[in-house]
Amino acid sequence: MTTGVAVDLENVWITFGDFVAVREANVHINGGDFFSFLGPSGCGKTTILRAVSGFLDPSQGNILIGGNNMAGIGPNKRPTALIFQNLALFPLMKIWENISFSMEVAGASAAERRKRADELLDMIALDGQGDKLPSELSGGQKQRVAIARALCANPDVLLLDEPLSALDLKLRQHMRTELREIQQRVGITFIYITHDQGEALTMSDNVAVMKAGIIDQIDTGHTIYDSPSTPFVASFVGENNVFRGKIKEIKGEQALVSTNRSGDLLARITPTQLGKMNVGDDAMMFIRPEALALGKADAASHTTITANVVNEEFEGNVFSVFLEGGGGKSIKMATPNLGQAKISTTGKDLSLHYDANNAVVMPTGELASE
Amino acid sequence: MKSLNFARIALGAYLLIFFSYLLGPLVVMSMTAFNSASFPSVSPWACFTFEWYEVLWNDTAIRDGIYYSVIIGLGTVALSVSMGLAASIVLTQVWPRIRSTYYTLIIAPILVPGVVLGISTLVFWDRLGTFLGASDGSAVYSLFHNGIFLTILGQSAFIASYCMLVFVARLQRFDPGLTEAALDLGATHTQAFRKILLPFMRPAIASAAVLAFLASFENYNTTTFTIVKYKTLTTVLAQKVRLGINPSISSLAFIIILLTIFGALVFEAVARNKARKEQIKLGRTEEKKGGILPAFMQGNPAAFGFVLLSFIVIVMVGTAQKYDPSQCKIDVREAKKAEAAARMKELREQRLIQDQSDARQGPDIFGAPKTEPEAGQGSGTGAFGNVFDPGNLSDEKAPKSGTGAFGGVFDPTNLDETAPSE
Repeated sequence: MTTGVAVDLENVWITFGDFVAVREANVHINGGDFFSFLGPSGCGKTTILRAVSGFLDPSQGNILIGGNNMAGIGPNKRPTALIFQNLALFPLMKIWENISFSMEVAGASAAERRKRADELLDMIALDGQGDKLPSELSGGQKQRVAIARALCANPDVLLLDEPLSALDLKLRQHMRTELREIQQRVGITFIYITHDQGEALTMSDNVAVMKAGIIDQIDTGHTIYDSPSTPFVASFVGENNVFRGKIKEIKGEQALVSTNRSGDLLARITPTQLGKMNVGDDAMMFIRPEALALGKADAASHTTITANVVNEEFEGNVFSVFLEGGGGKSIKMATPNLGQAKISTTGKDLSLHYDANNAVVMPTGELASE
Repeated sequence: MKSLNFARIALGAYLLIFFSYLLGPLVVMSMTAFNSASFPSVSPWACFTFEWYEVLWNDTAIRDGIYYSVIIGLGTVALSVSMGLAASIVLTQVWPRIRSTYYTLIIAPILVPGVVLGISTLVFWDRLGTFLGASDGSAVYSLFHNGIFLTILGQSAFIASYCMLVFVARLQRFDPGLTEAALDLGATHTQAFRKILLPFMRPAIASAAVLAFLASFENYNTTTFTIVKYKTLTTVLAQKVRLGINPSISSLAFIIILLTIFGALVFEAVARNKARKEQIKLGRTEEKKGGILPAFMQGNPAAFGFVLLSFIVIVMVGTAQKYDPSQCKIDVREAKKAEAAARMKELREQRLIQDQSDARQGPDIFGAPKTEPEAGQGSGTGAFGNVFDPGNLSDEKAPKSGTGAFGGVFDPTNLDETAPSE
């Protein structure tokens, strides 16, 4: 199998008139990586994808695929294949013709094309369905045909533009695994665009989180989840409780935050901000709902928050508990369902305990809007 | 319950009136094609005849007209379909801000009267020829003054806009992502156009082509100016109507109606047959075996109608070979002569009475109608000098007397059977 080809974005700016869609993007994507751009809709991630595939040119900066500058090279000459959000299967062509379209335009004979299409149909477990029309397939099958069609072009880089967004939940989860499997099998570079953090985290080797044209953080999914570098990343990826306040004291990698409504709380300084934060700085502290647990009442502890239950939702695997802390501060806690009684029955003025390593603190910034 | 019944009756009556209005003229005209009377008429019915088809067949002006109409129609289809397709594609690609202006501009020819288009086409190419310095007799000059060339251009000027409307409707449902997908998979722009957009547009191209051909075929306003020395079917027919028509035109109309019905039935039958096969393929219905009708006609009234109509036409053509209405014609002529003689006799008697009562008025050499309007009215033809008399052309002597073009209306003898006509 081919080893993937690296993709580099060097200081890429993309503007439409006065609107800056992508601002100073510097990304290095390793060959053979499954790389995701994660961000809310309208953050410029699709623009980046279109620039990589050649449908639009960056206003500034370079895009390199395998070290070659792609400036001035059209989409049909680039070693990329794009899987569209709506899949864009050719409705009037049979499945096998769809899959082998890239060979047809290159002038391959019908027999050759059919043979290759059948191989790919085998790979995506749709053998024997080659003579159907796209309209006769189910959503998940179309999805796989779109992937096969892109792979048939033997691209060095496969670009995927939210290809799973149209599928229902079960199918989406299934396709996630399948996509990852296909990527590992063919070994080429995948660039994946999504607004669904679940997709990004489960499939990707590396994730870039984007906000309004700016790439906030590039790292592995795990690092992004545990050590977000900006409040936006912290609030966009997964759920988080945010506490605003000021730094009161710095002890090595940890900082004591004097929060506005919940007293002094201890948290880990996020790695990118280590050594850059000073006592008295405005700060934001984030604690994941699942990092909170009921603990002993201990007002003196810097890792305990006192709150009352407002509402409780049973979600099957977890209880989501909505609490109200001091000054009306709303807090969310998630507890795994282990057959215990409801949290709300345990009384008032609950003490929520957390491990200081599971809370991160960073300078104030913009949050992801709900 | 009562009001429901009333609504039903009203609806039925409305539909009856509506369809009579729509189809009545066609039915009447089709019937005139089989009446031996020489002016298209149903009543009085003379003889059932196929002779007008023969007249039509032998009418070289109409045959040439059809020939040039078809040539021009094909040319117009080729030109206006390609222009319309190009225009509609530009409309989808053009800068959004000028899109509505562009649309107005490109739709304008539909709103311009055909007469204006015709004259301006004629003038424009003549001026262009002069401007290019094409001398009389050169190839460019003769091209720019060629009726077929000019008519194709003149008609395409507005038919292309019709085609564009058809294409725009289809293009609105085209996903531009498909073209991008093709490009992304390595297709050139030409390949993407040919392999993706064109197949998608194929149904629209077919309907635009039919539309363009029909619009061209029936066009008169523009054609009459641009056709110059040639003739199309419409200009021939117009000329004929002006100079006095005979039922051969009805027979042509009947043929066209038949062809239209055939076309519609075949289209419908094929579509239904396809749908039926699809259903069988999907296993939704079983293939019925046995029965009186062959499989392709089952549940397919269009196919049944087609077969029935074909049968009727074959029988008709067969009958036409054998059928000879000459005896009937002779009978009709005899009857007419008798009727005319009776009328003459009556007239003479009247005149005699009048002569006696009014001695000042002398006998008129042009016969009765001038002095006796009520007598003319009596024969039902007064106002138009008998030109619409169904009988006046069926008399085989009339055309031979060299007055054909105006139906013998100015022939002083044609009302006076007693005068020597030859």
